[in-house]
Amino acid sequence: MQQHGTAVVERVFREEYGRLIASLVRRFGDIDIAEEAAGEALVTALEKWPGAGVPPNPGAWLTTTAGNRAIDRLRREKQRDAKHRAALMTYDDAPHEPTGPVEDDRLRLLFTCCHPALAPEARIALTLRLLGGLTVPEIAQAFLVPETTMGQRITRAKRKIAAANVPYRVPQAADLPERLSGVLAVLFLVFNEGYLASGDGDPVRAELTGEAIRLGRVLRHLLPDEPEVAGLLALMVLIESRRRTRVRHGQLVPLDEQDRAGWDHALVAEGHALVRECLATNRPGRYQILAAINAVHTDARTASDTDWSQVLALYDQLSRIDPSPIVALNRAVAVAELDGPDVALSLVDRLPLTGYHPWHAARADLLRRLGRSDEAKTEYDAAIAATQNSAESSYLTRKRGELV
Amino acid sequence: MTHYLLTVHGPAERAEFGGYGSREEMEAAFAATGAFNDRLHAEGYWVFAGGLEAASTATVVDGRGDAPVMTDGPYLESKELIGGFWVIDAPDLDVALRLAADGSKACGGKVEVRPFDGIV
Repeated sequence: MQQHGTAVVERVFREEYGRLIASLVRRFGDIDIAEEAAGEALVTALEKWPGAGVPPNPGAWLTTTAGNRAIDRLRREKQRDAKHRAALMTYDDAPHEPTGPVEDDRLRLLFTCCHPALAPEARIALTLRLLGGLTVPEIAQAFLVPETTMGQRITRAKRKIAAANVPYRVPQAADLPERLSGVLAVLFLVFNEGYLASGDGDPVRAELTGEAIRLGRVLRHLLPDEPEVAGLLALMVLIESRRRTRVRHGQLVPLDEQDRAGWDHALVAEGHALVRECLATNRPGRYQILAAINAVHTDARTASDTDWSQVLALYDQLSRIDPSPIVALNRAVAVAELDGPDVALSLVDRLPLTGYHPWHAARADLLRRLGRSDEAKTEYDAAIAATQNSAESSYLTRKRGELV
Repeated sequence: MTHYLLTVHGPAERAEFGGYGSREEMEAAFAATGAFNDRLHAEGYWVFAGGLEAASTATVVDGRGDAPVMTDGPYLESKELIGGFWVIDAPDLDVALRLAADGSKACGGKVEVRPFDGIV
């Protein structure tokens, strides 16, 4: 029972962590104080909840307890510099925002964690730590860096936020689109690292994809009128819906070979509803178009039912706002289905993507379909050498082995 | 409010027009920088600012030993060095970064923004 009780406390704490930290940061103006106080509230919860039961509103209980601990600490530690005491006095009576202070606090903190003055890898780590409630060892493991390195990265970022006075604030309307795209990029990077993990560990890290989606839902709830927020959430849930069928016996299963009955149909429905909403809003953007492409795939009963002309039209639209060779490569895959692998290969060959393993994998597949086996083998070898994902490497090795 | 040091980085070797391509460019940058300084005053961010002579006019002094040791030239040998600076007082980093972007555009150099630990 004790064991069970502890697990419940830890689950609730993890779920509430982002809200808790965000409200403490607003109140005390200092991330370190917020983290210490949250940690002490956890200790108290672990003492009390297993016996007395989880309180009816655990989030409010944790916020009150942590707030009291922080005040006690600040009073006790007389040597704390004047800045912290001033922060306590300033932030204690901060007016609550009309839309609800708790939600706004998390949004503020998300923008702080994803501030452009921080290094991109620090933004990801800080977001997972402060809003996701992941521990430093968990984040270090997810990104395959030593714990001390990840610890230093997070500590350094927090020190910069404090010393340089990075604000806890949702940017003004004029800056919002650019800053929001930075936040969306961080969430999508977290998601992608989970979905196509590099290194020797699990090919899919569900804790990262799950965390990115959870934060995506929070953002969607906080900014319901931003179509790109809905677009990113749709994109992530539609990709996630296929996760269970994507790896079999440690080997990647491509979309056309997946068991569609095994997809998560609740996530598919959620993604489709979001895509329809984006279409109705009609302010298209990169994530919305990528989500729409995924929706075309998840809409097809079988792989051969895929509406490739719709996919190609969407890639054409995407190419106009993002004329990158990577988009052109994905577009060529749709061209192969409509106009044949020879037409697609001539497009792929023109792209400056040597060293990018999906380029080699796409070339290998097109050469295989054209019956050019020797060239295909060479391309599979190049793709295998360039990928860092074990399931993908295993899949490419099988395809190479099937060539005669 | 936080104090920030905004340092302008430019070529260590200054050509005829102080690192600018032509007399016109140099004069335009001086005018834009003057207007930017006026704005810092008007909006209350101004603490102090200055442009520096070429780095080749610097002297490094090491006074830690019995007698001070003088070395001709800047402390760091580099192709790009500090050419000038502003000290501003701003409510937060976002404001400081926006001002730095405007200052960079005005003077035509990259600007490093660094918070002060304290100022007396």
